[in-house]
Amino acid sequence: MAIITFREALGQAISEEMTRDANVFLMGEEVGLYNGAYKVSKGLLDQFGSKRVWDAPISEAGFAGLGIGAAMVGLRPVIEFMTWNFGIQAFDQIVNHAAKMLYMSGGQFNMPIVFRGPNGAAHMLGAQHSQAYEAMITNIPGLKVVTCSTPYDGKGLLKSAIRDNNPVLFLESEMMYGMKGEVPEEEYLIPLGKGDIKREGTDVTFIAWNKALHKATEAAGALAKEGISVEVLDPRTLQPLDEELIFASVRKTHRVVIIEESWSFGSVGSQISDRIHKECFDELDAPVSRVTNEFVPMPYNEAQEERVLPNLDRIIAAAKEVLYIKG
Amino acid sequence: MTTKKKSAVDRDVLIGMYKQMSLFRRFEERVGLAYTRQKFSGFCHLHIGQEGLAVGVQSTLRDSDYMISGYRSHTQAIGKGIAPGAVMAELFGKVDGCCRGKGGSMHMFSKEHNFLGGHGIVGGQAPLAVGVGFAIRYRNQDNVIVCYMGDAATNQGQVFEVMNMAATWDLPVLFIVENNRYGMGTDITRTTSVDHLWKRALAFDMGHSDVDGMNVLTVHEHVTELVEKMRKDKKPHLLEALTYRYRGHSVSDPGTYRTKEEVEDYQKNRDPILGLARQLVDKKWATEEELKAWDNEAKEKVKEAEAFADASPQPALEELWDHVLVP
Repeated sequence: MAIITFREALGQAISEEMTRDANVFLMGEEVGLYNGAYKVSKGLLDQFGSKRVWDAPISEAGFAGLGIGAAMVGLRPVIEFMTWNFGIQAFDQIVNHAAKMLYMSGGQFNMPIVFRGPNGAAHMLGAQHSQAYEAMITNIPGLKVVTCSTPYDGKGLLKSAIRDNNPVLFLESEMMYGMKGEVPEEEYLIPLGKGDIKREGTDVTFIAWNKALHKATEAAGALAKEGISVEVLDPRTLQPLDEELIFASVRKTHRVVIIEESWSFGSVGSQISDRIHKECFDELDAPVSRVTNEFVPMPYNEAQEERVLPNLDRIIAAAKEVLYIKG
Repeated sequence: MTTKKKSAVDRDVLIGMYKQMSLFRRFEERVGLAYTRQKFSGFCHLHIGQEGLAVGVQSTLRDSDYMISGYRSHTQAIGKGIAPGAVMAELFGKVDGCCRGKGGSMHMFSKEHNFLGGHGIVGGQAPLAVGVGFAIRYRNQDNVIVCYMGDAATNQGQVFEVMNMAATWDLPVLFIVENNRYGMGTDITRTTSVDHLWKRALAFDMGHSDVDGMNVLTVHEHVTELVEKMRKDKKPHLLEALTYRYRGHSVSDPGTYRTKEEVEDYQKNRDPILGLARQLVDKKWATEEELKAWDNEAKEKVKEAEAFADASPQPALEELWDHVLVP
């Protein structure tokens, strides 16, 4: 298997799907001539030409809506947001149009479109460039929401997202684009709606996705040294959620910590916690614990930012809390 | 500017337009009546007074052309080919409605007839229209898309964004601003910096013109030229159609922001149906008796549409779960 970067894996997914289906095109800011703000689309303009790789003006509502209109008549747009923080300019188009077209047309107009871009904090980008949006967008019926935490997952999931006939909101991370991982040479797909156990364990389940998955894994490694066996579960798709995988893990470990880069109020983690308490109440040996961003806009200051995000200390403390371990 | 050359439109075409306008007028009157009889509820925006524009534009289009509109689009939908009964049934929330009762007054759709809605967010349809124009160009077709919007939509940011894209990339979108002078209850001059809405196109170096939307023949001739040109050069155009709605913004609007005299002036002196009737009689292409008979035909068709809608069953309650996502 080849070892490639996350950005290369995502770029391969787009390239392969554009090769496979002439209806797939890419549009976004700087995706063409500049080769992508984060170089995910590097080489695609050369490979496919300016008819299929479009540099958009800085008009997120406009080009997101353009994609939705094109999808209504059968094209399969991949719309890149330089960051989801800019993507919220297009929330009217995504929420009022993409999410509702199939429903309000009584099943006539499906919506084969992908909106993708980095989500969550990078490093010291300040309040307007550091937000995670999964809580908001998983709350809307009619949208699928997919995250990825490894190059392998990113490629397989993005290919499935592009082939899906529903609007898929695909969340990446600036901090992971340079991360390397094994990706097979041969074609593969990862189905949407299926999570993955990233590390098997028996004492406590960590549920995390996107960049937070790696903090959870790091914490799992640290806890292993103390003799605590952590299972790390990546739901990957957040909407629809792979509840069966989650419940199975809970039945095995009986203790859960959810780690996410969202604010705590009404988040994906609180939804997962609700479902676990409802469906696995008798299996639990402790209430589900959650590690989230602190409920403040993201500060610029490095130490403050580090304190706001889920960090190793807070994750380990939460694990010990559900294990009733003092100190 | 509108053309002044001698009309080449023959008797049959004009009579067809008269019949269609009568149908639209009688349909909307019946809709208003059905609403007051509480046959349906929700919002209901009638198009009475603006028939000349709808019919004049429709007469220039092919079946393969696309149309998209805002929330005042019952009769535009019929013009594009949806059966009046299917529109009425949709208003009544019935299963034989063009969206199986899931859309309602503001959301008429027909994939078969290339009628792409029926949208309830002011100006939100403009990006979709530009996406369809993009798809037309992507596929090297010579179709066009007509994008209707109200005068107030010209103050929506996303409309500006996509006019820029359509003009930059030569996308065949005919933006038609139905300037009926009031954005709900607000006189457009109180909220808008320009005295003519076609001037919005100047910002994008985009083709523009205005037309008397109360004169179906003028509309037909002008839009014929625009559409023929657009099929070849693919360049977008902003057409400001000066028109007037006789009823309130919606059925619940008492209309206190304008005088009774103003409304009556349009009804008596500028009505599109009376205007065409005078022309037909002057040319001796129709008698008063014939006009009356055609109007009666329209009333009969509308009665049939209402009977169809009355007889249509309610959709099964379980259908509410359908069409959120495609499998």
